[in-house]
Amino acid sequence: MISGDFNLVLPEVIIALYAMAALMFGVYTGKDLVAAKINTATALVFVAVAVWIGFGPGGAHTAFGGLFINDAFARFAKVTVLLSGAAVLLVGQEYMVKRDMLRFEYPVLVALSVVGMMIMVSAGDLMALYMGLELQSLALYVLASFRRDNEKSTEAGMKYFVLGALSSGLLLYGASLTYGFAGTTLFSGIIQTVHAGQMSMGLLFGLVFLISGMAFKVSAVPFHMWTPDVYEGSPTPVTAFFATAPKVAAMAMIARVVVGAFGTAPGDWGQIIALLSVASMYLGAVAAIGQKDIKRLMAYSSISHMGFAMMGLAAGTAGGIKAMLIYMAIYVTMNVGTFAFILSMEKDGQPVTEIAALKMYSKRAPLKALALLVLMFSLAGVPPMLGFFGKFYVLQAAVDANMTWLAILGAVASVIGAFYYLRIVFYMYFGEDAEGVDAGGMGAVAWTFLMVSAVVMVLGIVNMFGVEALAQAAAVALVH
Amino acid sequence: MGNLLSIITFIPLVAAAILALFLRGNDEASARNAKWLALIATIATFAVSLALLFGFDPKNTGFQFVEEHAWILGFHYKVGVDGLSVLFVLLTTALMPLTIAACWGVEMRVKEYMIAFLVLESLMLGVFVALDMVLFYLFFEAGLIPMFLIIGIWGGKRRIYASFKFFLYTFLGSVLMLVAMVVMYRDAGTTDIPTLLTHQFSAGPLNLFGWQIAGGLQTMLFLAFFASFAVKMPMWPFHTWLPDAHVEAPTAGSVVLAAILLKMGGYGFLRFSLPMFPVASHILTPLVLWMSAIAIVYTSLVALVQEDMKKLIAYSSVAHMGFVTMGIFAMNQQGLDGAMFQMISHGFVSGALFLSVGVIYDRMHTRDIAAYGGLVNRMPVYALIFMFFTMANVGLPGTSGFVGEFLTLMGTFQVNTWVAAVATSGVIFSASYALYLYRRVVFGALVKDSLKAITDMDLRERLIFAPLVAMTLLLGIYPSLVTDIVGPSVTALISHVDTAVAGAAAQTQAAKN
Repeated sequence: MISGDFNLVLPEVIIALYAMAALMFGVYTGKDLVAAKINTATALVFVAVAVWIGFGPGGAHTAFGGLFINDAFARFAKVTVLLSGAAVLLVGQEYMVKRDMLRFEYPVLVALSVVGMMIMVSAGDLMALYMGLELQSLALYVLASFRRDNEKSTEAGMKYFVLGALSSGLLLYGASLTYGFAGTTLFSGIIQTVHAGQMSMGLLFGLVFLISGMAFKVSAVPFHMWTPDVYEGSPTPVTAFFATAPKVAAMAMIARVVVGAFGTAPGDWGQIIALLSVASMYLGAVAAIGQKDIKRLMAYSSISHMGFAMMGLAAGTAGGIKAMLIYMAIYVTMNVGTFAFILSMEKDGQPVTEIAALKMYSKRAPLKALALLVLMFSLAGVPPMLGFFGKFYVLQAAVDANMTWLAILGAVASVIGAFYYLRIVFYMYFGEDAEGVDAGGMGAVAWTFLMVSAVVMVLGIVNMFGVEALAQAAAVALVH
Repeated sequence: MGNLLSIITFIPLVAAAILALFLRGNDEASARNAKWLALIATIATFAVSLALLFGFDPKNTGFQFVEEHAWILGFHYKVGVDGLSVLFVLLTTALMPLTIAACWGVEMRVKEYMIAFLVLESLMLGVFVALDMVLFYLFFEAGLIPMFLIIGIWGGKRRIYASFKFFLYTFLGSVLMLVAMVVMYRDAGTTDIPTLLTHQFSAGPLNLFGWQIAGGLQTMLFLAFFASFAVKMPMWPFHTWLPDAHVEAPTAGSVVLAAILLKMGGYGFLRFSLPMFPVASHILTPLVLWMSAIAIVYTSLVALVQEDMKKLIAYSSVAHMGFVTMGIFAMNQQGLDGAMFQMISHGFVSGALFLSVGVIYDRMHTRDIAAYGGLVNRMPVYALIFMFFTMANVGLPGTSGFVGEFLTLMGTFQVNTWVAAVATSGVIFSASYALYLYRRVVFGALVKDSLKAITDMDLRERLIFAPLVAMTLLLGIYPSLVTDIVGPSVTALISHVDTAVAGAAAQTQAAKN
């Protein structure tokens, strides 16, 4: 049996072993001289493993006595995480090389955090979940303060670490309460207790603390305080990573815990998630209006987007989970493109992140400005971009679950949010001529990702390349 | 020709793609090429759309030229036209070549300007041919993007304020419609418009936080759609974005906005609100009728004190759209025929008025009424054409403006005499502001030095106005051109609404007994 168990976790084991090997290779050979090679190799490993998982055998299996679940839901989340991780590594490489920031530890840390994420989305037990979460988080703390010589980066790492430790504490407290009142840490065991009608007060408290701890990881309001500072302080490639893969993993983890352990009838947790969702959508939309730094703006934007994704989750139905997964897939695609652009924003070789530096960018680089325009409208959820369909789908899930009030609130929030995306378009197209971001300064890789992402947002409305069917299978696997 | 409608809808988009991808350079030659390509594409669209007119069978009240394909997320790409939409398609295709010709003098970013207009044309056509709710919403909303850019990039001094207000105002109205569409999808299980037209949404009373809502679900859905269409129309008191958008938009943008984009609201009422929520429409008729009457009188009075020509015409547009909503909610043959007619007529007349303003704006770069006076001395042809469209705007018999106003007033009179009486006074106000404007701009002695060298309209401008004059006269003298096509569909719509309202009344009666 043990060999069968190991077969199931083989992808995680391979990436973990690869990370160790890469670390050794780096230490004993050229150190930072081989960093670029390791970076590319890591991205390729991610893609290879994603292809393997994506085209591998289907079905739902558990390993290690239920600690580890490998089903369509986990596979969907893993493929999304791996592909976005690979994309971010490739996009950020040039930026880091140019500024002499690329250490060989960078891809290794990313690989380790990706292993953590893969375990998070596959966890069938609170302990396994915590292990995955901590592996991920520890790697991310280090990544946030990757520029040791930079005050803001160090501050970002410190802040993230302290608040992250607090949230882990909350999560652990919730886990212990849950264990105390359910008698098991296995999701399959907890749900039996819940279904038997023994949703005691202790279990409810456990649930609330669990959700609080996990909400921190998706930066849902009111657990979002770290996000703008960490996004701003971290090196931009790391910010791009923060905004993509960990969000997908954490969102999938929340879905796994609330649906897998506390049941598909979202009477207990649906209201909590709905409240987090509304608060995130509105705070993200309103707070972003005054931002002058594009990285902070993207932080609030991601808070708002997490609110929308949680709207699908709050519905608790298979349709809702499917909507959430599609939303996350679209969100990640948009963000990779947007960050590819942000990484290339520079003036006289120095990176700039002020939005005002984009003044009349459309005159200097029409094609890139157009691509960013498409991405901004897509992020705002304006048809005909693909982002609109993501929003439509979560609204539909909310209405189907008799949460029309949530759908209305979400729709209004998207109008408020549209303002700050339009503001970027305003700077690029409407302003007066001014010195600003150079037209050049974008490498071939980043350019490709930006263009592909924008084209997907437009052509995706003709054909979604089978993502719907996969999300459907994933949702059904989670919600029986 | 099974896909005629798709061809018509996407010719401009294909032309825009060709412009974007293959036209290089920023010199004069490439700008000229862009203009010519855009003009040829819009004329080609118009030519193909004529096949639609000749192939259309007015007696058939169902959808024609229907085309359907599966689409993402379980939706369908489905297009088709009936008597209510076919004329809007033709109005759009007919006006776009004139619009392109009107912006021949643009010098800034010509290629992008043409692309924006071509994309906009495709999206506007899509709104009128879409037979799937989601597809409709897609086109309806997507049209905001090119218009936002047109106002924001090529607009006047306060263009940024105006473009943001335009976008956010209309976006807010539309997202409520989106939620309503999702609710309808759940209720009916489809987004197919022909199926939804026969679906009966519940009209039983609904208890919302202790409030009894008459008409129940239908009323809620109606109000959500109303939020979108009333803003788009625009109806008083949701019209405040329009004067700003009109004043700041470039001439061609104003023409498209007034002539076509505003009609989407009226079309939406006819396509969704009336047939899908007949009971709610019936309940809320007095509200809409009075809102229309207030719009007519109030905005006419506001127009009277404007100092900016475009703003004056913008307010006059709001007043004329008041006649449209009044006619629609009169819910009888004259009212609806008149509303359709008024929309088509207003498309030509208001477009021509904005073009007239554009003609002198191109020469003097000001829209202040006070900056003009005595133009007739130097611009006799212009004075004549401006006079003609001023009269059409007032509703002089013999021009198309008269027919629409007369029919809507007649329809409303049968339903609500007081509303009709108030609205009729608006006709007098419209004569006063239009003639007052005309006198201040065209008549009097030419005393201002700046105007001494002004030249009359050139051949291009005359060619642009010729078809507009012809259409305004033709429709004024022979209105059956429109009513013959619209009539049968309107009759079917009215009988559908009447049956539904009578059915609901019978149910209420039965419940009481």
